[in-house]
Amino acid sequence: MKTVMEGSHAVAEAVKLARVQVISAYPITPQTHIVERLSEYCADGSLDAKFLRVESEHSAMAALIGASSTGVRTFTATSSQGLALMHELLHWASGARLPIVMAEVNRAMAPGWNIWTDQTDSLSQRDTGWIQIYCEDGQEALDRTLQAFRLAESVNLPAMVILDAFFLSHTYEPVDIPDQAKVDEFLPPYEPKFLLDPGNPCAFNQLAPPDVYMEMRFSIQTAMQSAIGVLEEIQNDFSEIFERSYGSIEPVECDDADIILVTSGTVTSTCKEVIEKLRSAGEKVGLLKISLFRPFPGEAVRKVLSRTRKVAVVDRNCSFGSGGIFAQEIRSALCNVPDHPLVYGYVAGLGGRDITPELLEDIYWQTKNTDFPELDSFWMGIREVKDGIICSGS
Amino acid sequence: MELSVPDREFMYSGHVACPGCGAAIAMRFVLKALGEKIIMVIPACCWSIIAGPYPMSTLRVPVLHTAFETGGSVASGIKAALEVRGDHETTVVTWAGDGGTFDIGFQALSGAVERNEDFIYICYDNEAYMNTGIQRSSSTPYGAWTTTTPGQDWKKMRKKNIVEALVAHRIRYAATANIAFPEDLINKVKKAKNMKGSRFIHIFSTCPTGWRVPSEMSIKIARMAVQTNIFPLYEVENGVEYTINYRPKGYLVKEYFKLQGRFSHLTEEDLDQIQEMVEEDWKLLLRKAGVFSGS
Repeated sequence: MKTVMEGSHAVAEAVKLARVQVISAYPITPQTHIVERLSEYCADGSLDAKFLRVESEHSAMAALIGASSTGVRTFTATSSQGLALMHELLHWASGARLPIVMAEVNRAMAPGWNIWTDQTDSLSQRDTGWIQIYCEDGQEALDRTLQAFRLAESVNLPAMVILDAFFLSHTYEPVDIPDQAKVDEFLPPYEPKFLLDPGNPCAFNQLAPPDVYMEMRFSIQTAMQSAIGVLEEIQNDFSEIFERSYGSIEPVECDDADIILVTSGTVTSTCKEVIEKLRSAGEKVGLLKISLFRPFPGEAVRKVLSRTRKVAVVDRNCSFGSGGIFAQEIRSALCNVPDHPLVYGYVAGLGGRDITPELLEDIYWQTKNTDFPELDSFWMGIREVKDGIICSGS
Repeated sequence: MELSVPDREFMYSGHVACPGCGAAIAMRFVLKALGEKIIMVIPACCWSIIAGPYPMSTLRVPVLHTAFETGGSVASGIKAALEVRGDHETTVVTWAGDGGTFDIGFQALSGAVERNEDFIYICYDNEAYMNTGIQRSSSTPYGAWTTTTPGQDWKKMRKKNIVEALVAHRIRYAATANIAFPEDLINKVKKAKNMKGSRFIHIFSTCPTGWRVPSEMSIKIARMAVQTNIFPLYEVENGVEYTINYRPKGYLVKEYFKLQGRFSHLTEEDLDQIQEMVEEDWKLLLRKAGVFSGS
């Protein structure tokens, strides 16, 4: 049955349907609606979970590390500063091989204070060993949350389901809430592969000298790489049960495209309209939506992009001194392909600035009319600033 | 008093502590008192090393080694998961050093105690960051040399009173204990085990390496800390009911100080001043315990 709800509540519905057992969270805008809704479900008994209202995001993640190590299904949600505060424990969760699932609502990092959408918070965590899935709309937020539990528990790695602030977290859309029975079929109760048990005393996460540490790290890398194939199987099961299908990437009109735009998150929906308009004007343009960022589906991306001439990557994030982060990943995926396409990087929409259809069209035309990308990243829509800090070499 | 120390050992023979380590002695007694139905959380501290490297472990109980500042929060999560799984018997115990308790882990501990999480938090206190090589913590006493308070920069701030900070949370149970008083220590751990809610035990644990004392002096020095009133043995229930477990024998603090290399730079004047500070703290404790006659 379809219900009109905001993206945050779609995530909360999924967490309830997943029969999560321990939730721990700390408030931060724009994530708060998720945990408020879950608090209500725990209070009225519709979700039989323990909810720990801890004193920081760091403690939220730490509590889940304890709970997950004790063999239960766990969830938290955060944004921006909160995610940054968790950073140390994000490494801990993956190193300890715990299938914790987190909703992360993309919000710009301060200063200046900015609660609006920007992917730099989650992408700054790309090397922590967390699976990262970026969502386009409310339905995907719900569905991916369900998938994330199964994927995380299959490969024993934590997973982040990522939503744009406001454009997705606070936007009301029709969302199909699946039946509990179907969800139970898709996502059986969590069966931990190891846990803290007085009947079988083991030490976890202890001192690991050089002769063992590297193999432990290699097993994380192996598990992460296997997650691409495992997610494919999970997506197949998902579409059989729920009759909705997803891929790690989603190509639109890419087969004969000379230029392919690459997007993630809610910009994808805007871009789909732009592609349609440009196509009807005779432009051979395609779109590639990236959902799975970690592990990066390089093989699938190469299959779609290798045959085109130019790729234009739209990044709502920036790694200062380099450029857009999705653009970096696309370049590295393509660099060993003979005669690979040119990759144009565009940074746009930071701190919640709107990415309009007109801006996406500008990106298309700039890509088409430029023979070679002059910069690692073009910053779109930058106004002239008169009173910035003047820096020069000595 | 009848001595009832359980025979059963929960530490295997073999660990990597320094000779005379008070933290190793403290662990042995605490595990004897707790028995096997526990899960232990060890945030970064000397015991992260003492327990041994993968795939070995000194301890016969399940242990979750965890990040420095997470002793209170990780234990909260374990307890929640046990409840969800229907296990209402297993006791969750955090075992942390003074750095992980007084300093970097204080926020998580305070949060857990404010929520009255059902667990026992044990701080073995060796009065500095010993695992990293003797750096000062907020538990380092006034007057002490450490590698970050060298020469004339010896520590000139008082030791943080962690028990009183937790008593201010109206914690269910808080107690001090000492490796030189094993019956008292074991009784307090057993008492704590039979309670619900947040419980805190602060164990004075000599560090021969960091305090610059011979390893065979470990117990003697710990005993003198109590006998001089530097580390009184007492317990507090529900944040209000104080019980003092040991009455001092009237030793002067300088008897304790002169045995330790970390205090060797102090002058007679410094020691007189410290004597006054210790007496002031003792009188304050007596007042809280409802003893107004002095001692």
